[in-house]
Amino acid sequence: MMRFRFTESAIDADAARRELLDRGAGGYVSFEGWVRDYNEGREVTRLEYEAFQPLGLKEGNRILAEAVQRFPIKHAACIHRLGSLDLSGMAVWVGVSSAHRGEAFDACRFIIDEVKHRVPIWKKEHYRSGDSGWVNCERCAAEPDHIYGHGHDHVHGLTASRDRGPGVHEPPEPLVLPGSE
Amino acid sequence: MRRDKAALLYQGKTQLDRAFDLASGHIDQVFVSVRASQKNEPTRSDKPLIVDLVGLGEAEGPIVGIRSAMAAYPDAAWLVMACDLPFLSDAALERLLKERDPSVLATAFRSAHDGLPEPLCAIWEPAAAAALSDYQSAGGHCPRKFLRRYPASLIEPYDRRALDNVNTPEEYTVAQTEIESHVGVNPMQLKIQYFALMREQAGRSDETLETSAATPADLFAELTARYGFTLSREQLKVAVNAEFSDWSRRLIPGDAVVFIPPVAGG
Repeated sequence: MMRFRFTESAIDADAARRELLDRGAGGYVSFEGWVRDYNEGREVTRLEYEAFQPLGLKEGNRILAEAVQRFPIKHAACIHRLGSLDLSGMAVWVGVSSAHRGEAFDACRFIIDEVKHRVPIWKKEHYRSGDSGWVNCERCAAEPDHIYGHGHDHVHGLTASRDRGPGVHEPPEPLVLPGSE
Repeated sequence: MRRDKAALLYQGKTQLDRAFDLASGHIDQVFVSVRASQKNEPTRSDKPLIVDLVGLGEAEGPIVGIRSAMAAYPDAAWLVMACDLPFLSDAALERLLKERDPSVLATAFRSAHDGLPEPLCAIWEPAAAAALSDYQSAGGHCPRKFLRRYPASLIEPYDRRALDNVNTPEEYTVAQTEIESHVGVNPMQLKIQYFALMREQAGRSDETLETSAATPADLFAELTARYGFTLSREQLKVAVNAEFSDWSRRLIPGDAVVFIPPVAGG
């Protein structure tokens, strides 16, 4: 079983977890992304998510298919929330079941990282000060040469250690600077 | 191809007329560079001409045309355009003009195919005149090699096909078919959906648009001119019919296009 989906209402992680049950599975790993109260030094009061759903579903399911191919796991699923979320709201859920724990941890990490970089989802931060901004869009529009993508995580438990620069917009190859050829 | 490439017809119009009209939309004055023997050809004779100067070399090619133009108007910078680029678009020229760097001798696109400068879709600055003269005196005659050796600003290709030229009858047939089926004849209808920052800047989440944009790249340039999008094309991806697409894909009527700003899931 593998499935990526969007939801406009609260994510039911318990129900989603039950879909991963398998008699051959000896373990289950999940990741929940929550809305945090600050980002880039600014106090955040809520987030708004939107997605280009037809392509988002395809790309999300491609990521799950890649996870199943790369890691010897039983099942994988991911649910991403859309709409307005308050602090501590669950923005994303990833679950993986497998025979042994190692590949479940690895696959879960792979899925959340790829989803953040590849699936056409956008979030708008609303700040305590009353204004708001689209994450990864506004600062870069003002500074087109700035390499962005780091430090934008809104979810507890995720570090930027797998930072690949501007995510979906940057190939993984090393940057070649003008004049370096 | 043993035919005059400037006289090839697309949608009933010669390539020279198409190039002339395209350039006229962007710069003050347009001239056609000719050898003395071409002055009275019907394809060219109705246009303002710059005739190759005698003494700059015989049959040396475009370098003589560029130098003759510079000699005629020494203070002008020249947008030099070859007459065999049927896919060249307004958006590509806009980009070249926007990225012009007058402090070097020329601003040129880098070829999408081999990364080398494209001297015949480039802006040549007045200061290049003296350097071209030296270069030719030293035995050089290739404007592409000149741009590799002298200070020039090279910009990334606008789209893979913008500078494709037509050299064989087969290429001509292909170009003719593509241009006649997609571009200009009847502006086509496209469906566009906007998300996130671009939705707010466009002031709408979708629209059906009449356009003659041939590619997503052309369409983005057209819509940026209209809505003032602050994200540059390099920061975006594009999807056509709900699948990621190349910026140079040929659009067809009814295509649904979505520009994808930097994503931020999770």
